[in-house]
Amino acid sequence: MLQKIYDWIDERLDITPMWRDIADHEVPEHVNPAHHFSAFVYCFGGLTFFVTVIQILSGMFLTMYYVPDIIHAYESVYFLQNEVTHGVIVRGMHHWGASLVIVMMFLHTLRVFFTGSYKKPRELNWVVGVLIFFVMLGLGFTGYLLPWDMKAYFATVVGLEIAESAPVIGGFAKALLAGGEIIGAQTLTRFFAIHVFFLPGALLGLLGAHFYMIRKQGISGPL
Amino acid sequence: MHRGKGMKFVGDSRIPAERKPNIPKDYSEYPGKTEAFWPNFLLREWMVGAVFLVGFLCLTVAHPAPLERMADPTDSGYIPLPDWYFLFLYQLLKYEFASGPYTVIGAVVIPGIAFGALLLAPWLDQGPERRPIRRPIASSIMLLAVASVIFLTWESVDQHDWEAAAQQGAIVDFEVDEESYAFEIWTTQQNCINCHGGDMLGGAAAPAVFESDYSKEEVIDIIKNGAPGMPADQFEGTDEELEILAAFIANDGQDPEDD
Repeated sequence: MLQKIYDWIDERLDITPMWRDIADHEVPEHVNPAHHFSAFVYCFGGLTFFVTVIQILSGMFLTMYYVPDIIHAYESVYFLQNEVTHGVIVRGMHHWGASLVIVMMFLHTLRVFFTGSYKKPRELNWVVGVLIFFVMLGLGFTGYLLPWDMKAYFATVVGLEIAESAPVIGGFAKALLAGGEIIGAQTLTRFFAIHVFFLPGALLGLLGAHFYMIRKQGISGPL
Repeated sequence: MHRGKGMKFVGDSRIPAERKPNIPKDYSEYPGKTEAFWPNFLLREWMVGAVFLVGFLCLTVAHPAPLERMADPTDSGYIPLPDWYFLFLYQLLKYEFASGPYTVIGAVVIPGIAFGALLLAPWLDQGPERRPIRRPIASSIMLLAVASVIFLTWESVDQHDWEAAAQQGAIVDFEVDEESYAFEIWTTQQNCINCHGGDMLGGAAAPAVFESDYSKEEVIDIIKNGAPGMPADQFEGTDEELEILAAFIANDGQDPEDD
């Protein structure tokens, strides 16, 4: 039955080459922890992606309750945390996942650096990876404000003060992020938009490029 | 693949009519013990992923995400702290060479050089050697950078007053004894409820009645004579009831005789 459905779609869309491209690739011995346990360092990239998927899914569920305005934001998070069934777990996953993704990405970066995998011909993939790192830090910074509690608000005040201290573009960058002079209603909606639409969009594009390049070039050989 | 004249397509589409068999590539001649990602490796990866997920869920259940009280922009005494992975950047701004008139150095120049070098690493280290020991300059700079990040984060955590931080952000929560006689009196006071809420914990126009630390006598005085933003003589009841309610309010929502 499944085979028939597959054949029916394949006859119309010719998905076999695509399916083989996605699913069928080699796992060389030197990156396979089943053969050399020390190869677990090659898992950090995959784990970063795994946690990223957790972040996307838990974030999607959080927006079912979250209200991005300064009067209701805190109340909606409080409600989610204390009243909604399993809300505390979903919010906990998003909160801890944010830290975990940074940790995993840091370890992945160190692995790539110390195995010299960023060298020719993989320079572009390294650059895309560092850009993903920046996007993740941006997601962490903007997401921190959204619960609109004390630590969120004052961390953002300090963060935007630091941004403002940059020469030439500082004032512009702060106005763009804060949406005006004061850090208030406009800032929250901007951070929400950046956190939920702009940065995830950029992240998905960069991840696509990252994976395309690794598949095209193959993983770097053993040292 | 068929090329040129005689090509066959599915209907009038551009999909070739000739079906390709869906068989995996052959890795048997690759060096070492190379195996296929699908399904051999993926199955094992999923099992590791499941263990990882269980550990992760245990963490979220054991430690719920923190939530402080609602943001109050007027509370200028609050000591701010960014999330832990920004602490090293934050700590940098506390040193003399990177603060005050030199803030630009700590906020832009040093992080700019560090992250710029990270981004351009493939062009800064162009040698063909991959082993870290064979490219000592690149490796030692990276080790130094990692050590500095760890050191700065450590210093920041060490210098922060965590007890004061927990206190300044704590959610102020009053437990109101709704079984008490005093609460029964409250439920009859529509004027009070209009602003302070049916649960005594504040509403649209006024804060929780327990917010300030007044004595019983001061509470009676405020109810009788009003306060800034609160009209006088709104209580409708006997003096005895007023006294019981005031004592209840002064005692943060518990019957004073229960203690």
